[in-house]
Amino acid sequence: MARRDYLLGKFGIALLTLLFVLLLDFILFRVLPGDPIRAVIGRNVRISAEVQQSLREQFGLDKPVFPDQFVDTLGQWAQGNLGVSWSQRKPVSEILISKLWNTLLLIGLGQLLSIVLGAILGLLAGWKRKTPFDVGALTFSLIAWATPTFWLGIILLVAGSTWFGLPTGGIVSPENVGKPLHTVIPDLARHLILPTLTFTILYLGEYMLIMRSSILEVLSEDYILTARAKGMSHFQVLTKHGLKNAMLPMVTIIALNLGFTVSGAIYIETVFSYDGLGNLVQTALVKQDYPLLQGAFLLLAVSVIIANVLADFLYTYLDPRVKAN
Amino acid sequence: MSENGNLFLRNLAGFWKTFRQNKLGLAGGFLVLVAVLVAVFAPALTDYDPSDIIRDANNRALTFAPPEVHGILGTDDAGHDVWSQLVFGSRISLVVGFMAGFIAMFVGSALGIAAGYFGGAIDSLIMRITDVLLVIPDLPLMLVLVATIRQMELKISPLAVLIVVIGLLYWTSTARLIRSQTLTIKERQFVARARAIGAGHWHIIRKHILPQLMPLIVANTVLILSTAILIESGLAFLGLGDPTKPSWGTMLNFAFDRSAISNGAWWFYLPPGIAILWVSLGCILLGNVLEEMLNPRLAAHHLEGEAGMIAIADVESKG
Repeated sequence: MARRDYLLGKFGIALLTLLFVLLLDFILFRVLPGDPIRAVIGRNVRISAEVQQSLREQFGLDKPVFPDQFVDTLGQWAQGNLGVSWSQRKPVSEILISKLWNTLLLIGLGQLLSIVLGAILGLLAGWKRKTPFDVGALTFSLIAWATPTFWLGIILLVAGSTWFGLPTGGIVSPENVGKPLHTVIPDLARHLILPTLTFTILYLGEYMLIMRSSILEVLSEDYILTARAKGMSHFQVLTKHGLKNAMLPMVTIIALNLGFTVSGAIYIETVFSYDGLGNLVQTALVKQDYPLLQGAFLLLAVSVIIANVLADFLYTYLDPRVKAN
Repeated sequence: MSENGNLFLRNLAGFWKTFRQNKLGLAGGFLVLVAVLVAVFAPALTDYDPSDIIRDANNRALTFAPPEVHGILGTDDAGHDVWSQLVFGSRISLVVGFMAGFIAMFVGSALGIAAGYFGGAIDSLIMRITDVLLVIPDLPLMLVLVATIRQMELKISPLAVLIVVIGLLYWTSTARLIRSQTLTIKERQFVARARAIGAGHWHIIRKHILPQLMPLIVANTVLILSTAILIESGLAFLGLGDPTKPSWGTMLNFAFDRSAISNGAWWFYLPPGIAILWVSLGCILLGNVLEEMLNPRLAAHHLEGEAGMIAIADVESKG
């Protein structure tokens, strides 16, 4: 398949998904009971009738919903204007951006660890197929699959704080806020241990399974036999040929998994009161802060869509079968 | 009926003969069966109602009483009996999970058959919808949907909202599986013959395609159940359950919010999680073994013997 066609197809899906997400967010915002003006400025802010009318005109609420208001709203969103949070009385986009980095840090660390460990363990399990190690690794991934994320978080929280004295929540201890970096960073690291561990345990199993089955597939190829015949050792074959080819399905799974990663962040940040987007979503849910909730959904969905496109792009570089025209 | 019925019974007997040799399948079946029995006979398993408040000699509510002091699993923050909450919670968790799973199974099968059988524009449309649903992060989508639907004050029970939202979002994997299987059945001779003698689409689907797909649909439904039960527990943990009808997820939400952890009340936060793990592990084992046995695409594998866990992994990575 030509690379261009492949990418065009993927872009098409991404655009379709983006349109769906935008439309859904717009509709959800509209079906909320009450005046949309209230939704924008907050429920309990007093304003006069004239101000309300001028706001209606300013927001284009006197125009038909489709297509005028939808297009207007898209324009607003494109400029980063996602409305005002009801509970915090601040622009939604400002709140989202302040939490974004914390979540990226947690997800990034968790993904990195689970991918690296999953790849190594999966490689070993596939290589040592049907040994106790393999069966043990598979049992682990099966149980990790069936475990509720938040519950594992709760258990690790109890175990980590009781036995290792690790902090149970937050990102930095209150007494260290505003201190120089060399005090803050070790404290931050201590706070990150438990959430990252939860993340890693949960996602490790799946990466391990994928790596294991793709290494098994690769090892049955003829070029592996050729490499062995050339006199390469088992280890050389595994690292030189096996790993390289087996990484391909991993890239696809990592991209497909981004959605689940976001779910994981919501549960884990909630359990560990970690100050990121996931915790924000949960708070917005409890406080019924709809502008914040919908803004967060928009940001998360759009990020996942973009990341998927990037992964597809990367894939065409990694897989010569797609690259070759 | 009688001839078909006999055939069905004979198939069932043959199926059981293979199935009972499979230790993992039996283990999964056992886990699920126990959970279902607990849900059915809940009132017989406990002396208390989940809403009863247990009191001490001075008539004060007995809060966070450990199992040594009260009952099988002690009491929660308000003095409710935890064991009876757990037993009655199984009803809510299983009913929501099963109903959502059945909706997903029904929608997925219907769309999968339609896509595979009719092909063309219908197929592309349905497949594009699954592509789109696959990319959107599922939990934020569900949170936004459930929260907004609730805010609309439609007088629907919170559990019904959960059932419908989970059911209408988790049909995509079923649809893909059923579609690919329909594609191969459609090309078989008996379908061509039925068409040649003038059978209508509906007749062919009902009489020739659906019976062939049925075993696969059953296996896939069991797998979907585990997803639905896990998702329900997660949404309930985040506060979207029905507080008046607590499921296991709602119990964990209460335990977490009402400082069971800082009170060291492990009897409150451990059992509901174990129960969720119990059921979802049971469904995963059972579903994978059934799929292995019933999915013709995987017929080359054999699950018997020591390689059982390995075969499951092989099914998983293909699914």
